[in-house]
Amino acid sequence: MTILEKNGALAGTLLTVENVRQSFPKPSTGEIVVLDDVDLSLRTGKIVGLLGRSGSGKSTLLRIVAGLMKPTGGTVVYQGRPIAGPCEGVAMVFQTFALFPWLTVLENVEVGLEALGVPEKEMRRRALAAIDLIGLDGFESAYPRELSGGMRQRVGFARALVVNPAILIMDEPFSALDVLTAETLRTDFLDLWNGGKLPIQSVLMVTHNIEEAVLMCDRILVFSSNPGRVVGEIQVTLPHPRSRFDPAFRSMVDDIYARMTARPIPAHEERGKQIGPSIGDWLPRVSTNRMSGLVELLASPAYHGRADLPEIASRLQLEVDDLFPIAEALQLLGLAELAVGDIHLTPTGHIFAESELENRKRIFAERLRSNVPLAAHIRRILDERPGHRAPLVRFEPELEDSLTEGAAQETLRTVISWGRYAELFSYDDKTEMFSLENPSS
Amino acid sequence: MSDQAYLSIGGRTRALWPNRWDMVAVPLVLGSLALAFIGVRQMVAPLEVVQEAAISLDPSNLPVYALRTVLRMLAGLVASLVFTFSYATLAAKSRRAELVLIPILDVLQSVPILGYISFTVVFFMSLFPGKVLGAELAAVFAIFTSQAWNMAFSFYQSLRTVPRDLDEACRGFQVSAWQRFWRLEVPFSMPGLVWNMMMSMSGAWFFVVASEAITVGDKQITLPGIGSYVARAIQEKDLGAVGWAILAMTGVIVLYDQVMFRPLVAWSDKFRFEQTGAQTVPESWVLDLARRARLPRLVAVPIRRTFRFSLRFRLPVKGIRIAMPVPPRLIDMVWYAIVAAGAAYCGWSVVAYLSTTLSWGDLGKVLLLSAITMLRVAILIVLASLVWVPLGVMIGLRPRWAEKIQPLAQFLAAFPANLLFPVAVVLIVHFKLNVDVWVSPLMILGTQWYILFNVIAGASAFPTDLKEAASNFRMRGWQWWRSVILPGIFPYFVTGAITASGGAWNASIVSEYVKWGDTTLTARGVGAFIAQTTEAGDYPRIALGIVVLAIFVMLFNCLVWRPLYRLSERQLRLD
Repeated sequence: MTILEKNGALAGTLLTVENVRQSFPKPSTGEIVVLDDVDLSLRTGKIVGLLGRSGSGKSTLLRIVAGLMKPTGGTVVYQGRPIAGPCEGVAMVFQTFALFPWLTVLENVEVGLEALGVPEKEMRRRALAAIDLIGLDGFESAYPRELSGGMRQRVGFARALVVNPAILIMDEPFSALDVLTAETLRTDFLDLWNGGKLPIQSVLMVTHNIEEAVLMCDRILVFSSNPGRVVGEIQVTLPHPRSRFDPAFRSMVDDIYARMTARPIPAHEERGKQIGPSIGDWLPRVSTNRMSGLVELLASPAYHGRADLPEIASRLQLEVDDLFPIAEALQLLGLAELAVGDIHLTPTGHIFAESELENRKRIFAERLRSNVPLAAHIRRILDERPGHRAPLVRFEPELEDSLTEGAAQETLRTVISWGRYAELFSYDDKTEMFSLENPSS
Repeated sequence: MSDQAYLSIGGRTRALWPNRWDMVAVPLVLGSLALAFIGVRQMVAPLEVVQEAAISLDPSNLPVYALRTVLRMLAGLVASLVFTFSYATLAAKSRRAELVLIPILDVLQSVPILGYISFTVVFFMSLFPGKVLGAELAAVFAIFTSQAWNMAFSFYQSLRTVPRDLDEACRGFQVSAWQRFWRLEVPFSMPGLVWNMMMSMSGAWFFVVASEAITVGDKQITLPGIGSYVARAIQEKDLGAVGWAILAMTGVIVLYDQVMFRPLVAWSDKFRFEQTGAQTVPESWVLDLARRARLPRLVAVPIRRTFRFSLRFRLPVKGIRIAMPVPPRLIDMVWYAIVAAGAAYCGWSVVAYLSTTLSWGDLGKVLLLSAITMLRVAILIVLASLVWVPLGVMIGLRPRWAEKIQPLAQFLAAFPANLLFPVAVVLIVHFKLNVDVWVSPLMILGTQWYILFNVIAGASAFPTDLKEAASNFRMRGWQWWRSVILPGIFPYFVTGAITASGGAWNASIVSEYVKWGDTTLTARGVGAFIAQTTEAGDYPRIALGIVVLAIFVMLFNCLVWRPLYRLSERQLRLD
């Protein structure tokens, strides 16, 4: 997809990101790419959303734009100048609120002004005005731990707005809140934004909630994972206030689901043509219980083996980040297939759903050996070794060749838990050893 | 006080893990210490004997003596804080400094505190010849050495674990380094720092008392204070005066706790990082008073104003750089080479110097004596655990008892046990007991309470659902101890035992060599060796004794406590 408004010279463009690339060096294989060739521009009066799953590098991009991280390649230009660190005019709202627990609401809001050296009287006046605007009146002297999550995030908003930033950056600002609170805060924010009451000119937000993106953004950039790339751009022209029940809204949500499920497959094939699924592939941290649960739900009379992902997501109260990894794990094991926003069980998936525990484990083990190279590799090593034992450190370096340390650890944890469930091998955490021993014998 | 506090031992346990940098740090630190001994002796050899201040055994003088002791304590605390803020900050912010500073701290922490005194006294007195100030500084330094290291460790660790989102918020708002220090780093580290201060403070009473009246060679130093009062009482064989001193000390510790640490702990609770409300909020009547009364506010407001003004003042130093550039390799190499060369030089000159005055036989003797002391420490820890673990569990599982006994155990841990030594000497002499055996309990007299109160804390924090499950499945007797409560309290126990063993090593210098009037009881051990050589002013042997003792402490930590602590961290955590 071509990206419109790429040219930074366009009127009203506040910030442009060009060819940004982020990678971490790895001794053996060169580097691991987290973000690859990302372009983006922020224009006055627009809310831009970055939508993607964990591991898609969207939070990394956000931190690069905020000047908190330096990209390996490419530039970020703000008001005509490349940024080289956090700059005035860009303020951030955090997923975890990032409030100072030892400062009161008022002091938390004043922190940014204090750093700017604003005189005390003006600081107080502006802080109180921001607190008033964001609906925190009466809480000035409270400490964050006395507040509910929603109130805490309001402090986060007030703290960011009080410095009059041109650009507001939000990192999944509502994802740590419960559904009702998140909805209230979203609505309040949009009311202020649409009413022109906020000092900000543009918003860049990260989310993994598709409905939230459609509800709030004027433009949505969809990210692929590993490495993060912009794989799609969607203009949302629906008028505010938007309704979740509007058919146009629904079809847009469906469309995004379709894009997000469709994209990984070509990417996978492209990789598959070159090297095939390999030992160093990242495995999502998905429990076998969740996989079985989803398979059973799909096999139930309500769905007959095929379902619409948005519907499943809302029925199970799962967000993209929760649901997609489960669906993908099923796809990886050949128990289900994802296509255009739908998920359907494969014949093996149907057999799995109807089996008893013992048979399920047998199917799972078969699938693990044929579809997950890492699991097959561990089993092969154990079979070959005379004592049928191998230490965890035997496999760590192999994974870290192609994955970051965190991802490598996650993958190992996953393969251990899958392997244990399938009784493909056992693992002793105390000695950090894989073996073929049965704990009972 | 919240129960987690007992587990947040931060500095102390982190300090147990030596790394390859210790290979350099050990010769560097111990070598320079030993060289300091040697140098100091040459520097101050002709120094005149300080006039012995007359200490009166009249109990009416005790309040003044107690005040002097308390002031020394405060001065030591302030010095430790200044050290902590500068040393730990440097270590946390500079990678090169960190590589050297942290192992050095590791080693410094293993050196017996009373070992420092013998040469610092002479050193400080040479700075202010003929004045008491030198001796005062030496006493303050002893307090400093008993608390600075683990406070610095705790602060360093906090600096390294500042939550990522708060760090980003600070950088995002372009907060200056000065503002960041006071707004983020100091508050975040406050609970751990206060806890470590309290732990080392309770140890420090022991050392302040010991450092007020000491003899180094021909120099007899006496500073007015509770410690010298007791020393005088011992000389005069006045058991009544010892009683008065114990009473005065009790009063001082209780007051210190009420007026200083309770308020500090209650105040530092607001810096707890967890956003959830605590089950028990520490309280202090003094803090409440200070918060409600008007006078303290009158004093506090201008200070706070100035402080806040300083925060808004934009220093030219911009926060923290966003990405560390790859450090130039060459400078690194040169830096490491300098450090290694320094360590080699220190180690070599010490060996060279000591070998002119000492023989291999001396080394063999000190090694043997250290082994005896180590055996003592090990046996005492085992015995103390056998007594206090079951008792602590029994108390901890009864909340009403725990509530009453917990403060008592904390008080006993703070009480300087050396004040009680005369009583022990009288008993040993009277019953003609074996000195090698019966002097040993003195080593652990003061520190065994750490085991007790940590076990109580562990047992009270033991989850109710597990207790219920255990009784539901009718687990009883040995099975209950083995698979329910012992694993449950193990992390707490290890914490307490580490502190207790560290204290016992330190106490060996005063408890293996005790006096009552003209009676002197000497047990075989490296502690007695150091005490005797100190009295004789035999510097090469003091240095040898301290170096060997420090190495033994480090080995003991590395071979015993490290594996145990790792086990408790990995396997037996209840969260």
